[in-house]
Amino acid sequence: MSKEVGTENRPDNTAFTQQRLPAWQPMLSAGIVIPGFVLIGLAFIGIGVALFVTSRNIQVLERDYTGVEKDSFCYGCSDLKVKNCKCNLNFTLDKLFEGPVFFYYGLSNYFQNYRQYGNSKDANQLSGDKEYFLEPDESCAPYERDGGVPIAPCGALPNSMFNDTFKLYQMVNGTRVEVPFDGKGISWWTDYNIKYRNPPGTPLKKAFEGTTKPPFWPRPAYELDTTDPSNNGFINQDFLVWMRRAALPDFRKLYRRITEGEYAKGLPAGKYTLVIGYNYPVRAFNGKKKVVFSNVSWMGGKNKFLGIAYLVIGSMCVVMSIVMLIVYAKFKFPDEE
Amino acid sequence: MLRWTRQQLGFDPPHQSDTRTVYVANRFPQHGHYIPQRFADNRIISSKYTVWNFVPKNLFEQFRRIANFYFIIIFLVQLMIDTPTSPVTSGLPLFFVITVTAIKQGYEDWLRHKADNEVNGAPVFVVRSGSLVQTRSKNIRVGDIVRVAKDETFPADLVLLSSDRLEGTCHITTASLDGETNLKTHFSVAETSVCQSVSRLEALQAVVECQQPDPDLYRFVGRITVTQQGEEIVRPLGPENLLLRGARLKNTKEIFGVAVYTGMESKMALNYKCKSQKRSAVEKSMNSFLIIYLCILLFEAVLSTILKYAWQAETQWDEPFYNQKTEQEKNSSPILKFISDFLAFSVLYNYIIPISLYVTVEMQKFLGSFFIGWDLDLYHEESDQKAQVNTSDLNEELGQVEYVFTDKTGTLTENEMHFRECSINGVKYQELNGKLVPEGMMDDSLDSSNAALTGEELLFLKAVSLCHTVQISYDQPDSVGGGGAGDPFSHTNGFSANYMEYYASSPDEKALVEATKRMGVAFTGSNGETMEIKTFGKSEKYKLLHVLEFDANRRRMSVILESPSGGKVLFTKGAESAVLPFSTKGEIEKTRLHVDEFALKGLRTLVVACRHFSAEEYTEVERQLNAARTALQQREERLQEAFAFIERDLQLLGATGVEDRLQDKVQETIEALRLAGIKVWVLTGDKHETAVSVSLSCGHFHRTMNILELLQQHTDNECAEQLRLLARRIKEDHVIQHGLVVDGASLSLALREHEKLFMDVCKNCSAVLCCRMAPLQKAKVVHLFKTSPEKPITLAIGDGANDVSMIQEAHVGIGIMGKEGRQAVRNSDYAIARFKFLSKLLLVHGHFYYIRIAHLVQYFFYKNVCFITPQFLYQFFCLFSQQTLYDGAYLTLYNIFFTSLPILVYSLFEQLVHPHVLQTKPALYRDISGNSLLSFRTFLYWTLLGFCHAFIFFFGSYALMGEDTSLMGNGQMFGNWTFGTLVYTVMVITVTLQLAMETHYWTWMNHFVTWGSIAFYFIFSLFYGGIIWPFVQTQDMYFVFVQLLSSGSAWFTIIIIIVTCLFPDMLKKVLYRHLHPTRTQKSQSLPAQQAQGLSCVESLCCYQHGQSGCSRLAQLLEQMTGPCPAGADHCGAANHSSSSSNNRSWSNAENFYSNDRSILTLSPIEASHC
Repeated sequence: MSKEVGTENRPDNTAFTQQRLPAWQPMLSAGIVIPGFVLIGLAFIGIGVALFVTSRNIQVLERDYTGVEKDSFCYGCSDLKVKNCKCNLNFTLDKLFEGPVFFYYGLSNYFQNYRQYGNSKDANQLSGDKEYFLEPDESCAPYERDGGVPIAPCGALPNSMFNDTFKLYQMVNGTRVEVPFDGKGISWWTDYNIKYRNPPGTPLKKAFEGTTKPPFWPRPAYELDTTDPSNNGFINQDFLVWMRRAALPDFRKLYRRITEGEYAKGLPAGKYTLVIGYNYPVRAFNGKKKVVFSNVSWMGGKNKFLGIAYLVIGSMCVVMSIVMLIVYAKFKFPDEE
Repeated sequence: MLRWTRQQLGFDPPHQSDTRTVYVANRFPQHGHYIPQRFADNRIISSKYTVWNFVPKNLFEQFRRIANFYFIIIFLVQLMIDTPTSPVTSGLPLFFVITVTAIKQGYEDWLRHKADNEVNGAPVFVVRSGSLVQTRSKNIRVGDIVRVAKDETFPADLVLLSSDRLEGTCHITTASLDGETNLKTHFSVAETSVCQSVSRLEALQAVVECQQPDPDLYRFVGRITVTQQGEEIVRPLGPENLLLRGARLKNTKEIFGVAVYTGMESKMALNYKCKSQKRSAVEKSMNSFLIIYLCILLFEAVLSTILKYAWQAETQWDEPFYNQKTEQEKNSSPILKFISDFLAFSVLYNYIIPISLYVTVEMQKFLGSFFIGWDLDLYHEESDQKAQVNTSDLNEELGQVEYVFTDKTGTLTENEMHFRECSINGVKYQELNGKLVPEGMMDDSLDSSNAALTGEELLFLKAVSLCHTVQISYDQPDSVGGGGAGDPFSHTNGFSANYMEYYASSPDEKALVEATKRMGVAFTGSNGETMEIKTFGKSEKYKLLHVLEFDANRRRMSVILESPSGGKVLFTKGAESAVLPFSTKGEIEKTRLHVDEFALKGLRTLVVACRHFSAEEYTEVERQLNAARTALQQREERLQEAFAFIERDLQLLGATGVEDRLQDKVQETIEALRLAGIKVWVLTGDKHETAVSVSLSCGHFHRTMNILELLQQHTDNECAEQLRLLARRIKEDHVIQHGLVVDGASLSLALREHEKLFMDVCKNCSAVLCCRMAPLQKAKVVHLFKTSPEKPITLAIGDGANDVSMIQEAHVGIGIMGKEGRQAVRNSDYAIARFKFLSKLLLVHGHFYYIRIAHLVQYFFYKNVCFITPQFLYQFFCLFSQQTLYDGAYLTLYNIFFTSLPILVYSLFEQLVHPHVLQTKPALYRDISGNSLLSFRTFLYWTLLGFCHAFIFFFGSYALMGEDTSLMGNGQMFGNWTFGTLVYTVMVITVTLQLAMETHYWTWMNHFVTWGSIAFYFIFSLFYGGIIWPFVQTQDMYFVFVQLLSSGSAWFTIIIIIVTCLFPDMLKKVLYRHLHPTRTQKSQSLPAQQAQGLSCVESLCCYQHGQSGCSRLAQLLEQMTGPCPAGADHCGAANHSSSSSNNRSWSNAENFYSNDRSILTLSPIEASHC
């Protein structure tokens, strides 16, 4: 037998094949983790305080106007038999409500996140594809057609668009001065510039020919905003705000901004009246309606959660690192005596 | 004609009989009604698929897998009913998984096709219509006469007709079939051997009748009928006439043979065996986890469905004005709606079953197993053999072994025999300087001259040098390298004894023949019919009449010779139990005593005897043998009878003792395995004394061990009594370790009636030795342990064909690439060159693979719980309307893109502890024993962790969004998709970082895939949300991600949620590490500042191969002297782990082994022996 044996089978002696790739081997030992925890904890406490203070400086005024209780100011309107009902919400500001002020409406117990409801729309129609005006997608059912005529925009989601109206007046020397509302920039820029498009054709009314308005709507889509013709159809911002479904059953939606004239700096102290055009029914499903005035910081509206969360987690880190220090000092490894 | 068509159409089954008739050169009988038998063609098909059946067949096989089947059902449900997610979301991952698997299998099959084509297209020469025709291998038909030239392989199973030699013999090697490298002589029948040319073959009229194809390589029964001048001559055919496909022609210029078995019916093809489907323990726990998750899924779906209807029972929720029901909804029956809702929820939650788990596990095993073959430490320099993985499915099982069953010869020992002693006529002899010297005589007391041998001595030597099947190769291999062994002139005088090389299938025979040559009686050649020896230069020719081959039942072999003087003599050689009972003359008792003495020294013993035949006796012998050999039915039984008739009334000549050296570092390996908590059993066919002495010398038995014996039991009652006695002895004596010796006969008794009792005794013994074992008994022992109530993981290791059954039976079978052929290697799951490699294979590779796969499995379940639970929670906030939280693309890509690579890379590269530490501290192996990382507790922990994280993701995001204030500086609001994306973003990052926390070994690849996955998620999301996608129904995600990232609050939320998720787990890890460190953790993290003190004794023992050489001594020293940490630096020099944060000093002082009983047995003598 040949004693001469080659080495062609010899494996390569490389770091990879020998599983010796240079590697960082971090060890979660107390020596690293304790200082790390202290650092993270302190940083979090710092951030928490900052967030907390920021959030606390934000002013919020919130009023329910559902009108369930008899003594509530909108009680008379909550009965849906009354058409075009108006009710007044009076409130007083003790100090300047710093601007820019954002005005929201809020609904509770309202499930915009219901699946079939959310799917009940026709995305092609909403992107201005004329084909789908006369043949709406069947996902729009039961708001696909109204007496055989196709609905535009079809579907339950557009159909149920919020239609209460608000007007704010300041009482200046006994007279009502209307506070100008800004209806621009309340929905995402990409929504009204790219994602949603009106059907081609001018005037808009002509483009909508052969369709009918959603049954719940008082006016057709091309007449949503009577003051600004460019804010009509599918790119009406109120409509877009509504079309962005809320994640949870209690939600708020931006209605108007107060950015114009002397109110740009905020609402000065004084008496105000909010005139509400009460149209939207919510009592059938125990819903609530509210209005909210709020200003915002860089991080958005008033939000206590973040500040508190950071403070809690931060202090837990610090406490735990102390506990670990005690454990470490007392036990170490049992064998290290 | 009619019959032919009927046969073609399959109405008539082809003629099935016990034999097949082959007409040589396809010259069929001329009488009319002959129907040719139909045989397979000579095509070899090892591939599974063809081009046209690949898709359906592969798909069918893949969908037989339960997980894939589940997903296809989900997919079909999605197609049929109105479900929350589009069919694409589950169809795409399924398609991905199926495609990856199909590509892998297709590639493998393509390789097989290529190999097949090469084989089938190889050129061969066939005799057709009177001339030699070159054709392709696949065109050979049964009955064709094939010509094979020197060094070619046989293209089919051929019956040898003639060779260029006069006597019609040829030499072949069957290395590629069974690995036996010796030359084997094959014979042709005298009547055909004269047909050495094509023209003579043309005139040959012959018919071969033989059995139907049979996979046994060593069995062939047939006969050939040659018609010469109108006279039919019948000759028997046996395995020695058959040339197997795959074997190679050697030392012979050319041969002619007739093909009898072709293509898939050849013995080689019949030996293509489907790999036994062994499943690892990990896979079993994986499947049970899957079932648990399926239950969780069903529970969640049922709960959601019930809650949905409970909710809808209140009219105010059932149909608010803004969400009127469609006509279809109103009209469908409630039961149908209930079912479809249940299915919809199942679809919504189906992602909890990790779809890519199987494919990831498969890839991990496939890729990971390369590391075994690549390991230089498992490479054997001398034989140029590296470790070989035959089944990558069992990688992790290497980390779970509890019992090792090892063969002795060739596994623990080298299987390299050296003649040591012999006993002739009751006198013991030794070999000294090439001379046979009676024992007791001093070396100097004998003169070189008075070397004359007595008659008995000479007869003994002649017997030894004649009774064997050794072959001689005169022509040295051409590839002679250094050493100058190949003097070209030695070829010319082929009988030059200096350049003879013996080839033998049994290493014992080779050693014996070599020894007699040194002592003056040299075997110089056999040419089929004669054997030639040279006694002190004088040539003697013996006529070889018969060889009674060795077989495992008889345990002996014989030759019948005609001596130069004309007397007929039988020489027999075999195990003493197989020869002594039939001996009637000679020093039987003394020899028996000597044989026992040899065995005690650990020598392998053989006994030699002879028998002289009278002329009448020989005629009877001849008759019986021929009758048995030509029998077509029950040939084997009849041969056994004939052999028994011949091999009796023997005259005992003597006995031989041959030493088989222990392999390198067997002792250390066994010790390491024992420290690792693995029980080692030695199963051997050897004599009890030989086995015990080897056992002692290899450290399997210790001198301090109390050795219990269960030997020579003949009755059930005795055996039971003995077992009870042993059990009592074990109970009485707690401190001392026990070793048990059992022999095969007692074992079969014990197993038959007293299995439980026997198991009890065995479990209390730290070492068990079974001797005199038959191959099947070995497998039976393994099976017994495998199926015992504890269900331990067993490993069998062996090198020979007799270990195959045991290797196949055990959970993990390991073959040693030894000298006894490759049968064990072929049937094993892993093959290594030496026994010592076992310790690295188990302690390092096994440990790594187990940890890797265990984490892989746990992590997969964890990440899918994280994934889907928020979706479940969301149902509570959307009236159980099956609204998805995440977008479809995110649902689809989570498992296949965003979270798949880090875990794959982790599972390929993770090293919890440095390999060197694992090897030097075998006790670390105990940390993972009993499938501990996949215990139900760990599984529960990971699942709960997943649920906790999911709750934190969801309610953390809920707390932020639920205050329903604007989160942006411009006062605008987010919608439901932003909420889902927030949860999803947090989830992808947390899940990736959770794995990062588990990673102990960060190579650049880990960094790349971990940070790369997170980065990829961001890039993908920006891209996905950045354009209006054509052909897509909804554009829900348009700019959602960008808007989310533009919110400061969202960033702060992401950070706080991630920290909150990881914080408790990290805390738990650190605290556990300090309060209840496992052995593994202890050896991971000893502070570097301890690296001083004793200069390292251990470094003396550290050598390149990283073997655990003197680890035992080192451990002892450690216990005595305290820490010796500098060793890590010395020993670690070979490995690259020089990172400063790597504190893996492996020699801290803690007393790993204090409660390890085995340490008690380390007597000082042995320690110093190291």
